[in-house]
Amino acid sequence: MGPAAQIIQALNWRRRRQQRLARALRKRRELALLVNRTEAIRPRDILLFCTLRNEAARLPYFLRHYRALGVRHFLIVDNASTDGSREMLAEQPDVSLWHTQASYREARFGMDWLQGLLMKYGHGHWCVTVDADELLIYPHHLTRPLPALTDWLEAEGESVFGALMLDLYPKGPITAQRYTPGQDPSEVLTHYDTGNYTITRKPDTQALWIQGGPRSRAFFADTPQRGPTLTKIPLVKWHWRYLYLNSTHTLLPRHLNRIYDDAGGEKLSGVLLHSKFLPEVSAKSAEEKHRHEHFGAPKDFAPYYDALVAGPDLWAPHSTLYRGWQQLEAEGLMSRGGWG
Amino acid sequence: MSARLGFIMLVHTALDRAAQVARFVAASGSPIVIHVDARVSATDHAAFKTALSDLPDLRFARRHRCEWGTWSLVAAMQSAARQMLDEFPKVERVYSMSGACLPLRPIADLEAWLRRHPDSDFIESVNVADVNWTKGGLSDERFTLHFPIGFKRNKWLFDRLVDAQRLMRVKRELPDGLTPHIGSQWWCLTRQTLDAILRDPMTPHYERYFKRVWIPDESYFQTLVRLHARRIESRSPTLGKFDHQGRPHVFYDDHLQLLRRSECFMARKVWHGADRLYEHFLTPREGGVSGAEPQPSRIDRHFARATLQRIRGRAGLYMASRFPVKNRENGKTAEPYSVFQGFTEVFQDFEGWLAAVASCRVHGHLFAPHKAEFAGREKIFTGGLSDNATLRDYNPRAFLTNLLWSTRGERQCFQFGPADTQGHRFDLLSFMASDSNAQISVISGAWAVPLYLSGKDSTEVRREAARLQRIETRMLEILQSPDVRARIRIWTMAEFLENPAEPLHLLFDEIAPHSQARLLRLPDLVDLGGFGTFLQELRNQGMQPVLMGDFPLNPTSPDPSHRMK
Repeated sequence: MGPAAQIIQALNWRRRRQQRLARALRKRRELALLVNRTEAIRPRDILLFCTLRNEAARLPYFLRHYRALGVRHFLIVDNASTDGSREMLAEQPDVSLWHTQASYREARFGMDWLQGLLMKYGHGHWCVTVDADELLIYPHHLTRPLPALTDWLEAEGESVFGALMLDLYPKGPITAQRYTPGQDPSEVLTHYDTGNYTITRKPDTQALWIQGGPRSRAFFADTPQRGPTLTKIPLVKWHWRYLYLNSTHTLLPRHLNRIYDDAGGEKLSGVLLHSKFLPEVSAKSAEEKHRHEHFGAPKDFAPYYDALVAGPDLWAPHSTLYRGWQQLEAEGLMSRGGWG
Repeated sequence: MSARLGFIMLVHTALDRAAQVARFVAASGSPIVIHVDARVSATDHAAFKTALSDLPDLRFARRHRCEWGTWSLVAAMQSAARQMLDEFPKVERVYSMSGACLPLRPIADLEAWLRRHPDSDFIESVNVADVNWTKGGLSDERFTLHFPIGFKRNKWLFDRLVDAQRLMRVKRELPDGLTPHIGSQWWCLTRQTLDAILRDPMTPHYERYFKRVWIPDESYFQTLVRLHARRIESRSPTLGKFDHQGRPHVFYDDHLQLLRRSECFMARKVWHGADRLYEHFLTPREGGVSGAEPQPSRIDRHFARATLQRIRGRAGLYMASRFPVKNRENGKTAEPYSVFQGFTEVFQDFEGWLAAVASCRVHGHLFAPHKAEFAGREKIFTGGLSDNATLRDYNPRAFLTNLLWSTRGERQCFQFGPADTQGHRFDLLSFMASDSNAQISVISGAWAVPLYLSGKDSTEVRREAARLQRIETRMLEILQSPDVRARIRIWTMAEFLENPAEPLHLLFDEIAPHSQARLLRLPDLVDLGGFGTFLQELRNQGMQPVLMGDFPLNPTSPDPSHRMK
């Protein structure tokens, strides 16, 4: 690509980013503020942003996990929950809560809403942006809370932290398990796949596109291109100009996608433990199949929902029992980089 | 309590931690002079002073505004050191530390240890000509160029100034008598040496020079000490290594045991939130003075491993934060592996035989068109790899690197051939051929044997034979190209069958060098009685099978009782 073409491309990306940001500002109107505790936010606090719907079962552990890691304030958009999630969140002393009945899909799967909040409250903070079924872990997370991590990243000159989304699943049919709210999901979802991930680099954004894991082998074996995207950039030192382009998979400006070393070395990275496959997934999938609020072309994913509703068993003889971050680090699913 | 060891401490952040450490040091009776960066706000500074106001032998030095990499840090140290020598005449040695340092042993231990090394100055001081660890590209240029502004103030301008001076071939003259030395700014000097450095009549001259040197706090004392010391121990008394980019490693709670066992006196730097470390090491300990020698090597190794992982990474690993571009992989795959082409075709149950004689995992055609033939024909293999062909062919190279990464510690062998998935433009074979872990052995033309045995109709066989020969020709070109890194051996089928024992023996020496005793018998050959005629039939049909070599019309099969060796 010539220099002129590069400039044009860069301008195009900028325009796209600006349009999306403008759209996010418009979409702020869809949010109704329920509880505002944002005055409690202090300059170096780590913030967490999340959109959710009916996550009453996951929330107790979710809040506990991130509080233990050092998140100081939660900014949450509730998308029409009917299971008491909203009431539970409103009572938490470190949660600010917004509510909307609008379409999740129309708001770019909730990202437009979060984008507006990030712009207003996230600027200058390290911000965790995750779903309610994603638990961030990283090397040494039990002894070094998020402020230790972000101090280190800042000293390294980094403003982003990448993670692989790792699907956890139980041994036996999904629906045959029992989960009690407040329980660590990895006690029920005990297994994961260690080494069936494929990576390509997207030429336009330089972002990595990681796919694979149990969902790819069990549900998308014949249409691997539809397999879930597992690249995530859940922790960013936010600037109001930044934009999550596509869920938390890709960021703009494009240089923020360089969560990897391309000269052979390893950067520090983490894992998002994905607790999608708790027993409630099959009931939720039945609902989602009809709501059409997920995926760009929801009809293509009807077989996927059907498979989930049936309560499949994702376990295979080579599934690995989850034992903690040291194991994930040794297996190369995350890396300590130079953080010894 | 003796007060012969004094500390100067530079503080700019985490004042609460610095106060804790100052209090611990002062409790041993040692005087301490603290320099608080002038950029610290007045309120924070006042609170810090108040918190320490009860300590009698604690002073605050004249404040300088400190900027990393510039003279201001040396000025701060000079002020603090001067004050220490002037106000505490009994002090015989001065130890320089930062607010992020943490004493790991009682100060009494340190004093006892220093007494065992009288007249020695502990300061890392390495001739810049011999240095290979300066990070960030500047070593002797630190001394020969001008650095009027700090790197952190304006990175762009800093770099341009360096570029411009390089272009103009600027070369500053060093003051007479100085040989530039660099090293850690955390040292412990005797009063005599420090006093001599501070009082040197040439000081104004030296200062003028060092004010334009890059990172003078790593070179001012380190250079001048060479003029005044009686005995230099060129090592920092403070444990603190730097990573590949010149940043100090940081200690956290999980380093507690490592630090404890290191027997070092002081560690830098400690994360301000490491509650357990501060609590453990700042709790006064019972018992007498310990004479243990510092053993920093374990910690050094720990961090060296991390640095290596950051720079080189783990060979054969492709993941979210390691995705090397082509030829920067530091090892394309994780472990050595063997690829056999044509062996299952000419031998009966080659897989079973190989698995029995060599202790390695033997797969069938991993890249067979219908499915991946894992050893034991498992449906899901190690790491969760599926035998589904579509899934595998979505990224065959990743399939291979994943397999080799997940089975580290066990050699993998698999069959390959022209009928298998080749990837986009023979991507898979090109990758293997350029991988020094690969051992690729080819019996060319052997793909014709299954055709011969299939008994299919001759037009179909002819078409398939032509297709496979075309593909294998292309494969052989790749294997014979000049930039291959794999161990590659190619025989024509005719060549191979003349004496199959020799090539097999050769291969086994590489795969399983210690299992020769078990190599009793060759695997049985497929019955090739009519194969020559079959080839002739292909020729008669107008196809030209060449890759199998000059295969005789009626071959004499090798002696069945043939043994290896």
